[in-house]
Amino acid sequence: MSTITWPILSVLMWLPIAGGVAMILLGDKGIAAGRWIALITTAVTFGISTLLWTNFDTTTAAMQFVEERTWIPLFNSYYALGVDGFAMPLIVLTAFITPLVVIAGWSVIDKRPAQYYAAFLILEGLMIGVFASLDALLFYVLWEAMLIPMFIIIGIWGGPRRVYATIKFFLYTFLGSVLMLVSLIYMYLQTCDAGQCSYAIADFQRLPLGLNEQLFIFVAFLAAFAVKVPMWPVHTWLPDAHVEAPTGGSVILAAIMLKMGGYGFLRFSLPITPDASDTLDWLVISLSLIGVVYIGFVALVQQDMKKLIAYSSIAHMGFVTLGSFLTFELMRVNSGDTTGAAMGIDGAMVQMISHGLISGAMFFCVGVLYDRVHSREISSYGGVVNTMPIFAAFMVLFGMANSGLPATSGFVGEFLVILASFRADFWYAFLAGLTLILGAAYTLWLVKRVVFGPVANHHVAELTDVNGREFLVLGVLALAVLGLGLWPAPLLDVMRPTVENLVQQITVSKL
Amino acid sequence: MEAVVTNFGMQAAAAEIFLLTAICVILLVDVFLDDSKRWVTYGLTMLTLAGCAFVTVNYAVDGRVIAFDGMFIADPMGDVLKLFTYGTVAVSLLYSREYLQRNGLFRGEFFILALVAMLGVMVMVSAGSLLTVYLGVELLSLSLYAMVAFDRDSGVAAESAMKYFVLGAIASGALLYGFSILYGVAGTLQLDELAVAVREVGAGNLGLIFGLAFVIVGIAFKFGAVPFHMWVPDVYHGAPTPVTMFIGSAPKIASFILAIRVLAEGLDAMVASWQNMLIAISIASMIIGNVVAIAQTNLKRMLAYSTISHVGFILLGILAGTNDGYRASMFYTLTYVIMAVGSFGMILLLSRKGFEGDQLEDFKGLARKSPWFAAVMMMLMFSTAGVPPFVGFWAKIAVLGAVVNVGLSWLAAVAVLLSVVGAFYYLRVIKLMYFDEPTDTYNIEAGGTLRAVLSANGVAVLALGIFPSVLLDLCARVLP
Repeated sequence: MSTITWPILSVLMWLPIAGGVAMILLGDKGIAAGRWIALITTAVTFGISTLLWTNFDTTTAAMQFVEERTWIPLFNSYYALGVDGFAMPLIVLTAFITPLVVIAGWSVIDKRPAQYYAAFLILEGLMIGVFASLDALLFYVLWEAMLIPMFIIIGIWGGPRRVYATIKFFLYTFLGSVLMLVSLIYMYLQTCDAGQCSYAIADFQRLPLGLNEQLFIFVAFLAAFAVKVPMWPVHTWLPDAHVEAPTGGSVILAAIMLKMGGYGFLRFSLPITPDASDTLDWLVISLSLIGVVYIGFVALVQQDMKKLIAYSSIAHMGFVTLGSFLTFELMRVNSGDTTGAAMGIDGAMVQMISHGLISGAMFFCVGVLYDRVHSREISSYGGVVNTMPIFAAFMVLFGMANSGLPATSGFVGEFLVILASFRADFWYAFLAGLTLILGAAYTLWLVKRVVFGPVANHHVAELTDVNGREFLVLGVLALAVLGLGLWPAPLLDVMRPTVENLVQQITVSKL
Repeated sequence: MEAVVTNFGMQAAAAEIFLLTAICVILLVDVFLDDSKRWVTYGLTMLTLAGCAFVTVNYAVDGRVIAFDGMFIADPMGDVLKLFTYGTVAVSLLYSREYLQRNGLFRGEFFILALVAMLGVMVMVSAGSLLTVYLGVELLSLSLYAMVAFDRDSGVAAESAMKYFVLGAIASGALLYGFSILYGVAGTLQLDELAVAVREVGAGNLGLIFGLAFVIVGIAFKFGAVPFHMWVPDVYHGAPTPVTMFIGSAPKIASFILAIRVLAEGLDAMVASWQNMLIAISIASMIIGNVVAIAQTNLKRMLAYSTISHVGFILLGILAGTNDGYRASMFYTLTYVIMAVGSFGMILLLSRKGFEGDQLEDFKGLARKSPWFAAVMMMLMFSTAGVPPFVGFWAKIAVLGAVVNVGLSWLAAVAVLLSVVGAFYYLRVIKLMYFDEPTDTYNIEAGGTLRAVLSANGVAVLALGIFPSVLLDLCARVLP
């Protein structure tokens, strides 16, 4: 068991929020100090989150670092935090990305900077809380509360159509989640009927539910998580939000917020409604495959760099949902083949972490260019390699990773999912495999048009290469992408018991 | 509900008696004051509110006490609601002082009317018989009609007062007609005897259902629920902002208790009948309220439609017909009142001489001018939209839980989907404050009291959102 006796998860959650409140109180006048407060807070948060990893017990699927306090006795709801092999890597990812966002905005954000950092810090705390919640009510509160800082971030620091984008973002996700709320309340009342009222997610997972109930709950969850992931056809908020958001906002959206959808499927949909998932897996699988293939083609024709990366995110997240839901098909085809099922979920998880790093890095790259030229149009660039050789190297690396080149993290997740889909059905694997071609096509074409060729115009000719701050951000991300690509074993080890436990859970019918 | 029947008399109604006496005293004192000394009336009014709170706490009851031969009920729920009412009235008077002074409305009659209206609320809270209910309703309504027309030079205010009065009189008539039919069938006006009589006669009795329909009309009107909502936007818009705030807050507690006393206590056996009626009213209110609010450009009108939609939610809890549901409704009403006074307080904060501050446009760029009050308004708006971690979310979840619990999950789904529609217009206010640039250079001129109370109001919305148990447990204790 873990040797940490102090409430590490609460600290991880509340430290950034406290930092954010401090930033608001400090205001724009003290921003010179404020930036350092933001950086130190997020860096310390990341430091603490590594303790989570080093003290993590990789032999058990049980929740670790558990904290529990009564919160709302009337609803029997607890302030309960804990992590397992799914939540822990995502928390570390969150804590890893946020300091980079702070560094990336260091000298770029001059409009109300204190509020900018405050929004990101508070957002970080809420996101960590979402991953760590063991109580469904706490989860839901944080899940919705998270929308508020993001709404503000896009709305204040975003591009020209920011108001449209941010309201669309808010309403879309809000619409998705309210139905989840009703089903959480429904399950809570079912636990009351069973004798012990509880909002604990673990109790929901154990709750016996009939097939019809499960189908309703499953659809409600699907509405919430599919919007968040996002899956085709409810993805339309994402390109808008990404394009209009400031660089930091896009990074957090792509790197972490999208992961919450995937996490939700693994934490809620699969274990709570295994039979409905089994019945409706065709729906999720087909939506995922459409996402992977169709959105891949859509990405190909984009003129706007951020939009292209946004669409590529949707396509990549299709692998996460595909990997998660292949499980059922695999069980049917190979009657109880848990290895394949575990492989799919492994792939989904690795894909989430890796996509968090790569898409974050890609948005940082676009941000670097945008800060200099103030254009996101691909046609405004060309021949960047001539003036920014170091940046070009990074961009090529992340482009390769985005298209799933072996030795980068992008390869591991996609490979695992494709491998798992081969066991289920050749055509799944074939369609999923198309992404390797499509992904390479749109990413490398983007890189080719932006980075290579002759210097396109005087803007490009006047570009200066990355400064130390940008080098630091991109360098750290590059190391992470390569590290995870070359040696994914530690991540897989951390997840193994949890994945096996989940597969175990979903193979047992609740009926 | 088990009741301790005593003829304990005066003590049970101590707060009401104290208030009535105080009103008479203030009325007399006020006559001898000239305009420069009007603050004495204001001070006495505040002291009266404090005194009421003291008396209510001092004579608080543990169980249900029935007094004055069944006309009057004192129970813990009533005590809590009364205390809350005093607080609401006090807060809205604190908010209103500057506006009233600026617009020549700082007159003794205003405070007297407010106190009489409050007395009406208290009588309704403690009503043990249909007659007392009606007495309270009229005491409240008549004071409110006069308050709406208080700014006698304003044509809009006079018009809305007329509308309010005519429609209100019709509704009171309907209520009274319903009561008389109930009396005709059941043979009693007393609520606990009515409950017994309805069981004897049978809940399916046509006469009773006929009477019930009229009672529902009256209740829906007082709540401002669709299709009896026509007065709400006009009155909210036309009345001076302090009066709008007053109408939007304490009388909601009265409407809640009206529904509880008459429907849940007197006609509990007919739950099947009124449940269906209320389902229709509630859905219609949520639809009309949320959809029409989108089209408003005036914040007071927008909040009027928002009230209509919230009334739909309050009714959800009542129509569940369980203690769970009543408790949820009570919690919803109390949190709604907290949010409503805050939102109107924001309008008063922006208002200055010759400027009402009630247009949505007036909030443009507020985050630039006053980051703190923009944040307060943002919290109020998110809370009203039902977004966690603000208290409005817990109100929603409580009523939804009650509705799902009686097997009406579809209704809960409809309600949450409509609340998404509603979220849009609250977001628009935040958009104006945060994402737009200011169009004028005026700064907020409001004084310290208003600022302090409003800040506390905003913080309360967040604090109660993070620790909802404080208020939830209170509701649970008085409505077990």
